[in-house]
Amino acid sequence: MPTAQHPFELYAIDSLLTEEQRAIRDTVRRYVNDRIKPDVAEWFESGELPARELAKEMGELGLLGMHLDGYGCAGTDATSYGLACLELEAGDSGIRSLVSVTGSLAMFAIYAYGSEEQRQQWLPRMATGELLGCFGLTEADFGSNPSGMRTHATRDGDDWILDGTKMWITNGTIADVAVVWAQTDDGIRGFIVPTDSPGFSASVIHKKMSLRASVTAELVFDGVRLPADAILPNVRGLKGPLGCLSEARFGILFGTVGAALDCLETAIDYSVSRTQFDRPIAGFQLTQKKLADMTLAVGNGMLLALHLGRLKDQHLLTPQQVSVGKLNNARMALETARECRSILGGNGITLEYPIIRHMNNLESVFTYEGTNEIHTLVVGEAVTGISAYR
Amino acid sequence: MKIVVCIKQVPDSWADKKLSPEDSTLDRASVDRVLNELDEYAVEAALQLTEAHGGDVTVLTMGPEDAAEALRRALSMGADAGIHLIDDGLSGTDAVGTSYALAQVLQSREFDLVIFGSESTDARMSVVPAMVAERLSLPQLTFAGKVEVDGGTVRIQRVTDYGYDEVEASTPALVSVVEKINEPRYPSFKGIMAAKKKPVEKLTLADAGIDASQVGLAQAWSAVDSFAARPPREKGTIVEDGGDGGAKIAEFLSTQKFI
Repeated sequence: MPTAQHPFELYAIDSLLTEEQRAIRDTVRRYVNDRIKPDVAEWFESGELPARELAKEMGELGLLGMHLDGYGCAGTDATSYGLACLELEAGDSGIRSLVSVTGSLAMFAIYAYGSEEQRQQWLPRMATGELLGCFGLTEADFGSNPSGMRTHATRDGDDWILDGTKMWITNGTIADVAVVWAQTDDGIRGFIVPTDSPGFSASVIHKKMSLRASVTAELVFDGVRLPADAILPNVRGLKGPLGCLSEARFGILFGTVGAALDCLETAIDYSVSRTQFDRPIAGFQLTQKKLADMTLAVGNGMLLALHLGRLKDQHLLTPQQVSVGKLNNARMALETARECRSILGGNGITLEYPIIRHMNNLESVFTYEGTNEIHTLVVGEAVTGISAYR
Repeated sequence: MKIVVCIKQVPDSWADKKLSPEDSTLDRASVDRVLNELDEYAVEAALQLTEAHGGDVTVLTMGPEDAAEALRRALSMGADAGIHLIDDGLSGTDAVGTSYALAQVLQSREFDLVIFGSESTDARMSVVPAMVAERLSLPQLTFAGKVEVDGGTVRIQRVTDYGYDEVEASTPALVSVVEKINEPRYPSFKGIMAAKKKPVEKLTLADAGIDASQVGLAQAWSAVDSFAARPPREKGTIVEDGGDGGAKIAEFLSTQKFI
């Protein structure tokens, strides 16, 4: 019998990576295998995770803000950042979210739009995982249309007074610092809000059936007084938060490949060892068609991710191309998880196997960071020149 | 203090290994290659010692071009420099020849400690550290589960079947470590990126003053006459429990010398 190949061996994925990229990927994979996979089903079941402890460990590895330069960040290339997200999300989308939100949203906002003093003050301690960040853009009534946000900041002498609420905020109750976007007389502006500021409160959103190994919260700002230097000086308008989202979506278009691959590897292993009618179910043509189709979907998703990674490393990646990647790979991953679940039959619905956990997580990933629908319309606009939503 | 850690690149311990039909040596091309697991513990032990006492760590390996990846892994963990003994004439060298070659490289270097992993996952002989110590007339402190340095004295706990022995010697000395000694660190991203810029010295047989007639497959003290693939696993025996199941299990365990 010929030896079975891993789906990525079939695609010779390693040949597309540099030695440094492989080393970074291998380190994260090892960390996830040692530290995340053994416990993540339990965290998912209980809805609790040792986020601070994990953040410190991830900080030591260099995962937090890894593709930023200086300020204690590792300064890797973008493709390496993508590969790290892939390995983290092969563990769990919630764990990748912890890293994305800290590195791509909160740290990136301060890095890209903050003053030198703000970068010095916040980034080094966020990079080590000593301080956790969150990012407040979405509101209960303003998801796909953030420009309608109601949270606002008004001037009081030199200070700012912040009022409003933000919804679906990853890391919200555990963060030390929140980057919050608010309406001002000068359009939408970003603020750095220490979470111990009087008037700031955060409450956990319970009864989630997805991303249970991740903290999701509602933030409330009730007359939060901020000094003049809390504002991010270098950006005005929605392009600020959207720039951060492009960074995070880039991580997701790799991460979803990781979740899909973990499902596919599980389903292949299971189908080879599970026998029905006296033969492994992997020997049935129906199962092989599923596995072959998914191998193509996941492999093609990986090629797309690596292509976009290279464009980003050459500073050529456009937000529309990020939409192509996020749209394709989040959808691919969700479909893959569902199909893999069917291969595992009843076993596919328990937390003994990772599949139902990935599948439920991917329902959120499908929707957050730009819904499937919005990314569809971005791509639609890109190829027609006609905007369908404004 | 100056420490040299001797490391080896081995086939992934989880992979199916094959011998090459031409010369009966390991077919390295067909499997993933990794830094020998116990050598990671050796590197970690060296890093912990230099972090506590100052100094630097050099990693030394002997092997083909690919073995540079094992060096780079050790460098990304934090070692300062590498030495790569690479020469076609080394292919197929056995443990005796390896100890000679490593000793030739080490004898011209300054060091307080040489540290090895106690065995490689491919050969599993645990003899090279002792052979190198003997060739260099160094005290050998093997199978260490703990290592401490105090001035010119190195002290280890040698792990044994019944507990451990306390062994000490004056430096320079040679130590081999077992996995109980520490928990090797993950290479950090900064470490991975810095590793590219660290110096790796490449040595041929001639550079290292190694006599070519003492190394290589032809000089090995043992030779492979023939080999065959492991037969497929046979089906296990199923014992129906007719009231004597316990006794049958005990009998089975006893014939297999488990009890």
